[in-house]
Amino acid sequence: MKQNRFIMIVISILFGLITGAIVLLVAGFNPLEAYGVMVKGVFGSPKYISWTIIRSTPLILTGISVAFAFRTGLFNIGAEGQFIIGSLVATLVGYFVKLPPIIHPIVALLAGALAGALWAGFAGLLKSKFGINEVITTIMLNWIALYFSNFMVFTKAFKRPNKDASHRILESASINVLGKWKTSEAGKVFLAEHKFWKEFLNPPVNYGFIIAILAAILIWYILKHTTLGYQLRAVGFNKDAAEYGGIDVKKNIVVSMMIAGALSGLAGATQVLGVSKETAILAIMEGYGFDGIAVSLIAGNNPLGCIPAALLFGGLKYGGSKLQPTIGAPFEVINIIIGIIIFFIAMPKLVEIITSYKGKKEGGKVESTK
Amino acid sequence: MRIDYDTKIIEMKNITKKFGDFVANDNIDLTVHKGEIHALLGENGAGKTTLMNILYGLYEPTFGEIYLNGKKTNITNPSVAIRNGIGMVHQHFMLVETFTVVENIILGMETTQRMGVLDINRATKEVEELSKKYGLHVDPNAKIHDITVGMQQRVEILKALYRGADILILDEPTAVLTPQEIDELMEIMRSLASQGKTIIIITHKLKEIKQVADYCTVIRRGKKVDTVKVADVTEEDLASMMVGRQVSFKVDKKEANVGDVVLKVDNLVVKDNRKLNAVKGLSLELHRGEILGIAGVDGNGQSEFIEGITGLRPIESGRVILNGKDITNLSPKEIIENGMNTIPEDRQKRGLILDFTVAENMILENYHKEPFSTKGRLNHKAISDFSKELIEKFDIRPRDHMHIAGELSGGNQQKVILAREISNDPDVLIAAQPTRGLDVGAIEYVHKYLVEQRDHGKAVLLISFELDEIMNVSDRIAVIFNGKIVDVMDAKEADERTLGYLMAGGGTIDEAK
Repeated sequence: MKQNRFIMIVISILFGLITGAIVLLVAGFNPLEAYGVMVKGVFGSPKYISWTIIRSTPLILTGISVAFAFRTGLFNIGAEGQFIIGSLVATLVGYFVKLPPIIHPIVALLAGALAGALWAGFAGLLKSKFGINEVITTIMLNWIALYFSNFMVFTKAFKRPNKDASHRILESASINVLGKWKTSEAGKVFLAEHKFWKEFLNPPVNYGFIIAILAAILIWYILKHTTLGYQLRAVGFNKDAAEYGGIDVKKNIVVSMMIAGALSGLAGATQVLGVSKETAILAIMEGYGFDGIAVSLIAGNNPLGCIPAALLFGGLKYGGSKLQPTIGAPFEVINIIIGIIIFFIAMPKLVEIITSYKGKKEGGKVESTK
Repeated sequence: MRIDYDTKIIEMKNITKKFGDFVANDNIDLTVHKGEIHALLGENGAGKTTLMNILYGLYEPTFGEIYLNGKKTNITNPSVAIRNGIGMVHQHFMLVETFTVVENIILGMETTQRMGVLDINRATKEVEELSKKYGLHVDPNAKIHDITVGMQQRVEILKALYRGADILILDEPTAVLTPQEIDELMEIMRSLASQGKTIIIITHKLKEIKQVADYCTVIRRGKKVDTVKVADVTEEDLASMMVGRQVSFKVDKKEANVGDVVLKVDNLVVKDNRKLNAVKGLSLELHRGEILGIAGVDGNGQSEFIEGITGLRPIESGRVILNGKDITNLSPKEIIENGMNTIPEDRQKRGLILDFTVAENMILENYHKEPFSTKGRLNHKAISDFSKELIEKFDIRPRDHMHIAGELSGGNQQKVILAREISNDPDVLIAAQPTRGLDVGAIEYVHKYLVEQRDHGKAVLLISFELDEIMNVSDRIAVIFNGKIVDVMDAKEADERTLGYLMAGGGTIDEAK
């Protein structure tokens, strides 16, 4: 079963790449050259690898957020809004609160996670108390989060003069790897001598990736090995039977949304503390939460699977961004590839039909060996 | 003689149907003559419905041929079947609830005047004629949701006849009917057969086969066992052919050793989903060491009653006392912990989490307790040991605690629930429809455990639509009608006629006599 799923996902990815190649061909580009550019764009330099990991980090967390909710029978479209609220609160804590290093980022991360948890928990509460579908409430909460964040950044105390963004967080709240050391004398000397590390550490490499991996393991453990996970899965699979077995279904809906929200909030917080250092005024949503839905689908809603899925996703997007400048191929082809991958994953039957057609052709052999 | 032995109206030869590696039908032959009532008997999952779905064009056989009136026919889809005069009445009716009887019958073959205007008057007349001809009484202008289940079934039969069916396939037709309605249906079947129609009835109820069928083909695990003349065999013969071993029908039980009242329900009122009172002042008392059966036709408040006393549905008024403690409107968890467990009516909706493994299902009520978990961490070893033990004890197949519950057969799913509920050793066990859809072997098994529970001095409340089950298993019988217990009697004094009369709302026992 599990292996089947894995094969199916690999096949879907292959289909995505093949379709992308056809599109490129039709548009008059050499697909092999284009994919070559993308591969080089991801692995060509230590710097690129760093960037791919940095880009993937928030997607791992929002992916787990969506996957966790899925596993408990909820569709968290609100990862985007929870991400925004998480970033906002992390920036606020990072700028206004004065704390020593190490403690400061921890507090800011927890605050971001908590904010996301409360934001999503509200949608959970509406569902459990009034039966309002979480799909609707979380979509609406996304917009509220976006404009609330913009509103907050516009306040006098918080807005950076002459910039459409908030003040930058204090250095003590940063979660960058060797952030201070990089600019110190000793660091400069070391990096000048070691070209690989210089390149690798050039982008804002941060601890977010490790946090995301730990979160994935924690969520996997909760689902698999705890009574909480048992309850949540029971409610997710069959809330009638869970209720009959004495599980408080309503409470579990709220708890599940809160955990999912905490993960997306944490994603926003790591992005602020590790990469952007500020909250910008946004005209539209950045899409980290929505991409999380795609990551979760590719991962088959498995929290651990979200790590490679997000890396694939981040790699495609980052590598794809090199297409336009180098060979002039449109970046949109990446969205087509991702779309096709999800299309096939969402239609396991189709992949089954295609593979069974292949199987039928070779069926003679299989029959006779039995 | 109404059976025309010269006309083989259906001949299915070497029918094999595979779903992947699973062989649902293995080389089955079936011959039916014109005018015959032919029963198809088999346990659940034996493959009888599959065979009929092949005949009706819903499945294509992997191998095998079908001859209709001696002519080889490829039935690729149901419209081919209908064109060849085959009609099927499914177990779950396919009727549009908000349409009238006539509208449902003509659906898809509407008679129209010019410009596609519906000629409902002509259609009504046609339906009335058809209804008179075969003794299928229906009210042509009534809406489906206003008529009884028995009449809905007659509408389904009329629908098939209206499409020109000469062969009628009835899939488990008596599952939803009252005893009186079953008698009526038997009458209708005889009348149809006497007018030249051929009937195939899928069932696992032996009594009905004896009553109405001419021939019976027994299928076991996808293979045909034999076709027998019903007059030549006994019910016991049929049962052992079906199950493959000797089966006892009589529930083997000692005299009940009745103790104190353990569950007292007083003037209970519970609303249904439409916010109307479904349970209307129901009172009863259940003693230790007895099985109290609640007989009644579906839809008289049984489901709401069970959900009310188990904490799944709010109780409007009245009280439920368990072991002297008021458990009215407590949560399901508290009620379970006070010593009342339930085998739920709908095992796939309430009883099991189908995507969970058998082991995970076994701990549904106790996952938060030692030894299954310590401080919020699941102890997988304790869980699998416990499950393995129950799987062994209750003979659950396959013997694999990591098997997904949804992939078990109905009987084995029920055994999982039974094992779980009985392992809690509750003072009161509520068994709601515990044998619905199960075959003879599994039914025997469930009944054995209910009686065993009683013999251990526990109380069992059995709710069932099967009158035979209620009469065989219970010590006392309460009849529910319209949300109330109409009367209670000793099971030894109960007879089918009186119970049927009470179930249909005829009044109390005294009036019945």
